[in-house]
Amino acid sequence: MQGMGEALSLALQMVWSGDADLLEIVLLSLRVSLSATLVALLIGLPLGALVAISRFRGRNLVLIVMNALMGLPPVVVGLVVYLHFSRSGPLGFLGLLYTPTAMIVAQTILIAPIVAALSRQVLEDLHAEYAEQFRSLGLSKVQSVQALLWDARYSLLTVGLAGFGRAVAEVGAVIIVGGNIDHLTRVMTTAIALETSKGDLSFALALGIILLVIALGVNAAVQSVRMSAARMSYV
Amino acid sequence: MSDVAATSLAPVAAERGAAPIMPLSVRDLHLRFGDSVVLDGLDLELGPAGCTVVMGPNGAGKSLLLKLMHGLIQPTSGRISWDGHPPAAVTARQALVFQKPVLLRRTVAANLDFVLKTRGRDRARLGKLLDHVGLAHKAGQPARRLSGGEAQRLALARALATEPEVLFLDEPTASLDPASVLTIERIVAQARDRGVRVVLVSHDIGQARRMADDVAFLYRGRVTEHAPAAEFFPEPRCPAARDYLNGNVVV
Ligand SMILES: Nc1ncnc2c1ncn2[C@@H]1O[C@H](COP(=O)(O)OP(=O)(O)O)[C@@H](O)[C@H]1O
Ligand SMILES: [Mg+2]
Repeated sequence: MQGMGEALSLALQMVWSGDADLLEIVLLSLRVSLSATLVALLIGLPLGALVAISRFRGRNLVLIVMNALMGLPPVVVGLVVYLHFSRSGPLGFLGLLYTPTAMIVAQTILIAPIVAALSRQVLEDLHAEYAEQFRSLGLSKVQSVQALLWDARYSLLTVGLAGFGRAVAEVGAVIIVGGNIDHLTRVMTTAIALETSKGDLSFALALGIILLVIALGVNAAVQSVRMSAARMSYV
Repeated sequence: MSDVAATSLAPVAAERGAAPIMPLSVRDLHLRFGDSVVLDGLDLELGPAGCTVVMGPNGAGKSLLLKLMHGLIQPTSGRISWDGHPPAAVTARQALVFQKPVLLRRTVAANLDFVLKTRGRDRARLGKLLDHVGLAHKAGQPARRLSGGEAQRLALARALATEPEVLFLDEPTASLDPASVLTIERIVAQARDRGVRVVLVSHDIGQARRMADDVAFLYRGRVTEHAPAAEFFPEPRCPAARDYLNGNVVV
């Protein structure tokens, strides 16, 4: 067990020198979580848009379910994906358990509802503002949705960020379906958990610092984009 | 803002080869929200050409009448017929400039281009349209940063970009400066002269006098008077219209 100060200085050294093991883990983390965010956007945005502009029976129920799914516990998602991908599971033949793909699937399931629910709210507010004008212009439903998505672009950026933030920081789902295998499925959060329990605090701290910097950096970037968009009244 | 440009704007239906949608016939129109009666057996006939100004006190139902004629809302009962077509069938052949313009979160040019593109109009007309409403120098600016008068002119340009046969305007110059008012009136008058059927809601009696070929006065859920401007302004027959023109409060 190292002292706190010693661990921190070692951690900073590792970050500064670009330690190869560290870099590998960080890159895999980004690959998995960015892929999951992208897929979640592809699924969640059209879904959110569809619910935003449609009126149908049972819509309130759909809204309740969408909002409830935002709070899915990562370990439960991990468990369900595990059961499907395990050798005896219905998707076992794919051989995806303990691969980055399984991790992407789990994180996608975790954050697609977040994207859908948040984008639904954003697009519904914008639609309330635009709907009458769009009908007057004789736009088709597809044209309306395309215009809504484009005009909400800066708000949707924040929605994407919320999804990515949740994905990159969660540990429960990826550790179950990924297995935290060195050089294969070890990501920042699972490595931090493992190294901490092993007592290698400097490695865990180094990853923790990077995770923090990524989270803060992405947030800051999105904030500055939104602020310049607001200056042009595009938000 | 060249007048030459105006001649190539807003082609009328006859040039496009489609049967025109005038005249308009509105019969026994009722509109209720729960217990509150907005329109109560309204009748109105509009001829094929010109500019009709709709006047009437606040809350008379002028805005809702425009939306009914444009097919944006459904009446409780009654019939609106554009030469046999229901409003919803001809919405896209008309344009409505709302009292408060709803502009996209894009540049001025992109707002117009969006309409030209989605409506399958000639996108090369973009520059000419901007020039026509005096916004060429604002092309690259965010539309929602325009002043009230500029925003309304952009909304008008967007309406003209759809090449409408009927142009509805809902108090388009309310709370604008005099110069913007005259600019908008001139553009609307040019469209009218090109054969676009104009229906203008206005609170401004001076504007009504300048623009109207005929006036429809809306009062207590009906059109209580519909007359040529030359008859209406000197000698309105409906007492409420007389009071209104004399500047008395009409409710
Ligand atoms: N959705 C609605 N529900 C109930 N009342 C409404 C609704 N929309 C408008 N009204 C009422 O209908 C009346 C006419 O409205 P409007 O057409 O906007 O009047 P104006 O002649 O001033 O344009 C007003 O009294 C308004 O309060
Ligand atoms: Mg009104």
